[in-house]
Amino acid sequence: MTTESALELRGIHKQFGAVTAIERFDLDVAPGEIVALVGDNGAGKSTLVKIISGLYQPTDGEIRLSGEPVSFRDASDARAHGVEVVYQDLALVDQQPVYMNLFLGRELTKGPLRTLDRARMARETQDLVTELDVRIPSPHATLSDLSGGQRQGIAIARATHWARGLVLMDEPTAALGVAETAKVEETILRLKARGAAVLIVSHNLEQVFRVADRVTVLRRGTQVGTRRIDEVAKNDLVAMITGLAQ
Amino acid sequence: MTDASLTSSTSPVRRLLARPTTGAWVAAVVVLVFFSVQTDTFMTAAGAGVWLESASRFGIMAVAVALLMIGGEFDLSAGVMTGFTALWVGVCTTQYGLNVWVAVLLSLVVALAVGALNGVLVVRTGLPSFIITLGTFFVLQGVDLAVTKALTGEVAIQGMTKVPYYDSVQPIFGGSVEIGGGTFYVSILWWLAFTALASWVLLRTRAGNWIFAVGGDLPAARAVGVPIIKTKIGLFMLTAGAGWLVGMISLFRTSTVQANTGVGQEFIYIICAVVGGCLMTGGYGSAVGASLGALIYGMTFMGINAAQWDNNWLRTFLGAMLLGAVLINLWVRKQAEATR
Repeated sequence: MTTESALELRGIHKQFGAVTAIERFDLDVAPGEIVALVGDNGAGKSTLVKIISGLYQPTDGEIRLSGEPVSFRDASDARAHGVEVVYQDLALVDQQPVYMNLFLGRELTKGPLRTLDRARMARETQDLVTELDVRIPSPHATLSDLSGGQRQGIAIARATHWARGLVLMDEPTAALGVAETAKVEETILRLKARGAAVLIVSHNLEQVFRVADRVTVLRRGTQVGTRRIDEVAKNDLVAMITGLAQ
Repeated sequence: MTDASLTSSTSPVRRLLARPTTGAWVAAVVVLVFFSVQTDTFMTAAGAGVWLESASRFGIMAVAVALLMIGGEFDLSAGVMTGFTALWVGVCTTQYGLNVWVAVLLSLVVALAVGALNGVLVVRTGLPSFIITLGTFFVLQGVDLAVTKALTGEVAIQGMTKVPYYDSVQPIFGGSVEIGGGTFYVSILWWLAFTALASWVLLRTRAGNWIFAVGGDLPAARAVGVPIIKTKIGLFMLTAGAGWLVGMISLFRTSTVQANTGVGQEFIYIICAVVGGCLMTGGYGSAVGASLGALIYGMTFMGINAAQWDNNWLRTFLGAMLLGAVLINLWVRKQAEATR
């Protein structure tokens, strides 16, 4: 293999008691690649996201990050291994300034008393939002003063800043309008240009075709297939998702 | 929408109004000026010694309670804790002959344990801290009364001054100096130091940031890996620890303690914190503000007496002030939202 995959999933199987949530799932995501995970409600997408982000442990199978086999105790363990998640509900604190949201739980400190280094956090935030072209009034702006698109941009910027292996996105534009969605998609593409591996869950097939390199389909816990986006027609993809011939 | 139009909406006036302590500063100055003009004794050294002493005891508690409220929780057992710790020392020394230093340290350990219990129950069960600490409040209140009465036959501790080494502890918590005819207690220093420390932790350290985060948005704090359990339990322990400090201050200032000491004062701490800008919903507030709230309380308490008004009206005044503070907070927030 010439390039090592950022994420490798081998034979992931998840059982809740007698119920099989995921039959068998295999996937590689390379650095600088965006893979979309699609499927109908109840197909097992969320379960898979929770397995990769450490909230669930797989019943069987192997997760590798940059070739290294890993198993996560919980979400913070996964985060410590460089897996960042952009949550559907954003996980941002409204009353806090933008820079503090970026560093919440991982605040930068200075000096022997380990006091908060607000200036440096604000500066790094400014650099990051400039690079990702997330337009916000200031790193010091209170989060509740921002629009939905700006907030999602901040959530993605945070994931970008801390991700070493993989950025996982669960429906990142579900709550956004057309213009804001376009803006967030630009941010996602910049993330890719920086060499991040991105796994994105989306219900929006148009979006999948706009941003993804490859797409993998789950149907009722079974992985139906993985296709290069330039080699699959939308109708075929719909057929894979629904299981009905078009 | 350009970047510039967004930044300019944050005018200096709006920023000042949005600060949690603005209202408390204004109210403190108004109360100070009012009673200075109304009475002869208020603005003397003797008068200042009285209201500062009162403010110091309530201030230490209000600051701890404010941190807890910013972290999204309440502690109704905070008041009774001041009596509980003092009674603990009183009983251990006068009834069992325990060394007073050991008794003082032991009561701190017990207080922290009760605080930790409050915290563990709240984070493990997910029940409102209002209910959990209402429970510990009544348990401790009963223990205070029953144990004190069973062991001493009275409802107060007597004979503290005859305890060996009492004089070696007394100056630390109950010491005082005479300045210009006024008596100034060491508790004022404890209060100022505690306020400064709490404010520093809140605004300058990671722990302070976590307090704002767990109170502001608990699911978000959990999702990004803020140690929420440690933070919340720590806050309950801090409040209990402050209760211990105030318990020691009361005990060694007066050398006695009543079995019902502190009961009912938990609400005054909350009032001080809210007047100082804390929101009941968590995630917002200030340690300095809570201290100012306690200063307003101390000045009013003394002022009403100095003006020779019927001091039965004190509580009515406090209630009115609380309502005023919440209404002003609400109004300021609505204004801020309207100008957005």
